[in-house]
Amino acid sequence: MAVTVKTFASSNEAATALSSDRTARYLGGGTLVMRALNEGDVSISTVVRASDQALTRIDASGPRITLGAGVTFARVLAERDLAFLHAPARSIGGPAVRNMGTVGGNLFAPNPYGDFAVALLALDATVAVQGGFGSRDIAIEEFLQSRERQSGALVLSVSCTRPASADAFRYRKVARIKPKGGSVITLAAHLPISGGRIAGARIALGSMAPTQIRAKAAERALEGRVLDAATIAAAASAVTEGTAPSDNALGSAWYRREIVGVHLRRLLSGQE
Amino acid sequence: MSKTPLQFRHNGRDVAIFVDGGTNLLVALRELIGDMTPKFGCGQGGCGTCSVLIDGELHLSCLTLAETVAGRSVETLDGMKQGPNLHPLQRAFADAFAAQCGYCTPGMLMAAKALLDRNPSPSRADVVEAISGNICRCTGYESIINAILAASGGRASA
Repeated sequence: MAVTVKTFASSNEAATALSSDRTARYLGGGTLVMRALNEGDVSISTVVRASDQALTRIDASGPRITLGAGVTFARVLAERDLAFLHAPARSIGGPAVRNMGTVGGNLFAPNPYGDFAVALLALDATVAVQGGFGSRDIAIEEFLQSRERQSGALVLSVSCTRPASADAFRYRKVARIKPKGGSVITLAAHLPISGGRIAGARIALGSMAPTQIRAKAAERALEGRVLDAATIAAAASAVTEGTAPSDNALGSAWYRREIVGVHLRRLLSGQE
Repeated sequence: MSKTPLQFRHNGRDVAIFVDGGTNLLVALRELIGDMTPKFGCGQGGCGTCSVLIDGELHLSCLTLAETVAGRSVETLDGMKQGPNLHPLQRAFADAFAAQCGYCTPGMLMAAKALLDRNPSPSRADVVEAISGNICRCTGYESIINAILAASGGRASA
């Protein structure tokens, strides 16, 4: 079925169009919306686009970086100042998908996708959205938990803090098909160190619940401690708490629960 | 529902068509322009056989809204041949028996072209990475990788 395509010069107008039409979906890189249309998703009657340059802007110069929602993963990989996000960006699809897929769209990608959002969740990102109510910033954790209700809002950008060192941020995607397979599980860890101890630990998991989640019990096991073998073991044994993985073609819920601790241990130990 | 006029450059030639809202580029190329070289595989962005170059960048035509290529340049396998001669990549695929059943070949060639246009001397790892979004159901990846390396003149083994 043909849909109506509405293209706007400003994100303001696009947000208004999106929030006023329940059948409208925003088209970023196309990897989600076009796929839905190809599959015959009749719930989409209108496709909204915006050519606003602000949506593709990258501000990576300071301690806090901002990525426009329309920034592609290929552009993240081309940006030397975003080296800490290269591993998550590289783990997504093949080159064509990385040329198309966007930071904003990844926030809406269902399991086993949405790997970049796992990294952003570990980095305590904030998501700038615009809807009929105006614009506001939402903590990414809150955004992801209410994702189904955010479809009428336009994501403008995502901001996060730059990790203090390369070692402070770690990322691992476990996939059966390398390098481009869907995720069995995805893990990201941000471990800021203050006075030799972890201060503000963040562990994020993908494919371990209906949306990306934080492993708060594992974070508590790390908080205020030195990153030694005992701390890592405690975090690994606590990491399944609060998780609710599901079965899919890439792995069973049981398998995911069995391996997530092993991979967290490897991630925190710096093992391949 | 009204159709939308769309003009773009297709393999170096200006084309003008009318598309229904929501039409993807693959359908526009195959059904409205008659370029049958990009293949329909999965329609989900998973197989890569519909790959084309848009302004020199590798894209999946099945996931590209046709209207988004207005005023842009689209290259497909149909435009790869150089006059009466095969492109060196096509020649290398033939020589290395890399075409196999042929269904993935258009996408593989476009992915390879995108790589060699950017990096004329890729390593084996670069080639593997470049075709990682393209599935070959014959699973004959080795011959494809060897063909791309041969076309590049590369002898890297890393």
